[in-house]
Amino acid sequence: MKTVEELERIRKQAQAMTRLREGGESIKIVVGMGTCGIAAGARETLSAIMDELARRNIQDVIVTQTGCIGLCEQEPIIAIVMPGSEKVTYGKVSREKARKIVASHVVNSQIVGEWVIATE
Amino acid sequence: MQFYRSHVLVCGGTPCILKGCKAVRDALIDELKRRGLDEEIRVVETGCLGPCDLGPVIVVYPEGTLYERVQVGDVPRIVEEHLLKGRVIPSLTGEGRLAGVVGYEEPTYLASQERIVLRNCGIIDPSSIEEYIARDGYRALGKCLTEMEPLDVIEVVRQSGLVGRGGAAFPTGLKWGFTANAESEQKFIICNADEGEPGTFKDRLILEGDPHNILEAMAIAGYAVGASCGYVYIRGEYVLSIERINEAIEQAKVFGLLGEDIFGSGFSFDVQVVKGAGAYVCGEETALIESMEGGRGEPRIKPPYPGTHGFLGKPTVVNNVETLANIPPIMLNGAQWYRGFGTSKCPGTKVFTMIGDINSKGLIEVPMGITLRRVIYEIGGGIPGGRDFKMAQTGGTSGGCLPREMLDVPMDYFTLPEVGSALGSGALLIMDDSHCIVDIAESFMRFFVRESCGKCVPCREGTARLHDIIRKISQGNGTYEDLRLIRDLSHAMQGTSLCGLGQSAPVPIMTMLKYFKDEFEAHIKNRLCPTGTCRL
Repeated sequence: MKTVEELERIRKQAQAMTRLREGGESIKIVVGMGTCGIAAGARETLSAIMDELARRNIQDVIVTQTGCIGLCEQEPIIAIVMPGSEKVTYGKVSREKARKIVASHVVNSQIVGEWVIATE
Repeated sequence: MQFYRSHVLVCGGTPCILKGCKAVRDALIDELKRRGLDEEIRVVETGCLGPCDLGPVIVVYPEGTLYERVQVGDVPRIVEEHLLKGRVIPSLTGEGRLAGVVGYEEPTYLASQERIVLRNCGIIDPSSIEEYIARDGYRALGKCLTEMEPLDVIEVVRQSGLVGRGGAAFPTGLKWGFTANAESEQKFIICNADEGEPGTFKDRLILEGDPHNILEAMAIAGYAVGASCGYVYIRGEYVLSIERINEAIEQAKVFGLLGEDIFGSGFSFDVQVVKGAGAYVCGEETALIESMEGGRGEPRIKPPYPGTHGFLGKPTVVNNVETLANIPPIMLNGAQWYRGFGTSKCPGTKVFTMIGDINSKGLIEVPMGITLRRVIYEIGGGIPGGRDFKMAQTGGTSGGCLPREMLDVPMDYFTLPEVGSALGSGALLIMDDSHCIVDIAESFMRFFVRESCGKCVPCREGTARLHDIIRKISQGNGTYEDLRLIRDLSHAMQGTSLCGLGQSAPVPIMTMLKYFKDEFEAHIKNRLCPTGTCRL
C-alpha cells in the first residue's frame, strides 16, 4: 500500500460488505414470510429481490423477513421502509412486481402507487 | 459484489470451539445449502464475543439476534424459522441477561462495557483484512506514517496516560521514549503474548478475534521508536492465536501494510511469530528475551532494562497484547478522547476474563475504576446458587484478593495497591462462601513452587517454604508463629526476588492474611476449617 487514499478506497468497498452488522439508517425491505406468504410465493419474491439488488450492486439495503400481518389474501406482501419517510406496504408482489419495486421505489424513490395496500 | 441479506456470525473463539462451535458452523453451512439459502446468507466465523459460558454463541444480523448454547440439532430450526421465515426463536435466545439482542440495542451485559480493545472482537471475521479495514483498520498507521513525526506519536501515547496492561502498569509512552532515545542501528518491538497467568485468557481472545489490531499497533510502535522488526512471542499452546496472527501477517504483507516502504513513507516493518514453550516465568520480559535468544527462560538482572539493552542486546520495546490493542484507537482519536474513559489517574479500559463462581463467565471490557460490585452484579449476573460473595482475585494467581468490604473500591492500577492489592493482568476469579481461604492459598503456592525458575534464592526457596507452612496449617499443625513467618518470608521475597514472579507470588497470601486472618486462626487455634474443605 503506497497511499492513504488507496486504503480509504479499500475501506469504502469493505464497508459495504460489513454494513449489515453496523445498524444505523438504511433502506429496509421487509418480506412477509409467514406460512400464508410462503404458500403464496414469498420465497420466490424474496429471491427476486435479492437477485435484483445483486444485479444492480446495491449494498446499503437491509432485506429482512416478518411473519403474517393478517392480510393473508394480499400475500406475498413486502414493505419498504426508507429512513425519514413512511412505511409503504405492497400486496400480491410477484417476482416481476418485486423487481419493478426495487427499481422504482428503492433505487429511484418513486412509490409504485397501483400496488400499494397501506402506508403508515 | 455478492449481496447477502443476512450475516450469521458464529463465535470461533477457543471457549466456543471447546463447546462445539465448529460442528454448529458446518451444520449451518450444510443446512443453508440444502435449503438453497447459501447465496443470500453468509456465515462468518468471528473471534470471541464475550459470554463464553453461553457458548456456542451465534449472532444473526441485520436483526442482531444472539442465540446461546446452540447445538447442531438446533440448526435446522434456526434456518427454517429465523433465516427463512424471519421469526426469532425465543427458547434459544436466553433469559433476559443477554436479552437475545446485541448490536443495535445492547443489553446490560454489553451496555455496561466500554469496548476499545475488543471493538472488533465478535464483530469481524478475523481472517479477513478487509473487514478490519472496514472498521477503520490501518488508518491509524496511515495517519502516523504520513502526518506525524515519531516523537509526536510517543507524545500522544504519553498524554493518553496508557499504562502497561500486562500487570506492571508501567507508562507506555515512557517505555517507548527510552527506546526511541537509545542510539542503535537496530531496535526491536516485541508483543508479549506469553499469557501464563492461570485463569487469564484475554490476550488469546484478542489475538484470535482481532489479530490485525496487534500488527497495526506494533508497526506504529516500530515507527515511533525506530524499529523495523517485530516479534510476537505467543505461548505454544495458543494454536489458534498463532494460526490467526500468521494469517494476518501474510495478508498485511500482500496489502503492503507490512514490509518495505509502507504508505510510501520509507518506513519498513516486518513481524514474525515466536512460540513460547509454556514456562510461566517467560511472561517476564527479560526471561522472554532470554528464551527468544535460545537461552533458558530465566530473568536477567536489571538494570539495564530491555528498553536500552533487550533482544540481542539492542533497544527493545516489550508490550503486552492488550496494551498494544489500545494504540490504534488512541492514535486515531487522540489522547484526550482516550482520557475520557476510566479515571483521571488511570484512563482507559481493562479487559478481564471473568471466571469462578459467577453466572456470566467470559470476556469483558470495562472502564478503569469500575467497582467490583458492578462487575459482579451488573455484568456478571451475580453469584450462582444464591450463595454469598466471599472474595475476588484480580489479575490471576499473583494478584491480590479482595474481600466483601472491598466491593466498592474503584478497580484501577493505582487505587488497588493502596489497599494492599493489585489489578494484575486480567483474570477476575470470583469465589463464593463455600471455599476455604487456606485451601486456596495452598493451591496458589503449589503453582508458584512449580513455576519458580530457580535462578534466585528468595523465589526458589521462598515459594517452597511458603507452600510448606500453608500446607502445615491446612493439615491442622500450624502455629501462630507460622503466621509471623509467612509475613517475614513474604516481605523478604517481595524485596529481594529477581523478577516479578518472586516479587508478586506472596501478594495473594499477604492479602488473604490481611482480610481473612480469622480463617487462618481457626485452622490453628481450633484445628477447624470453617467451610469444611480442609481435611482436619
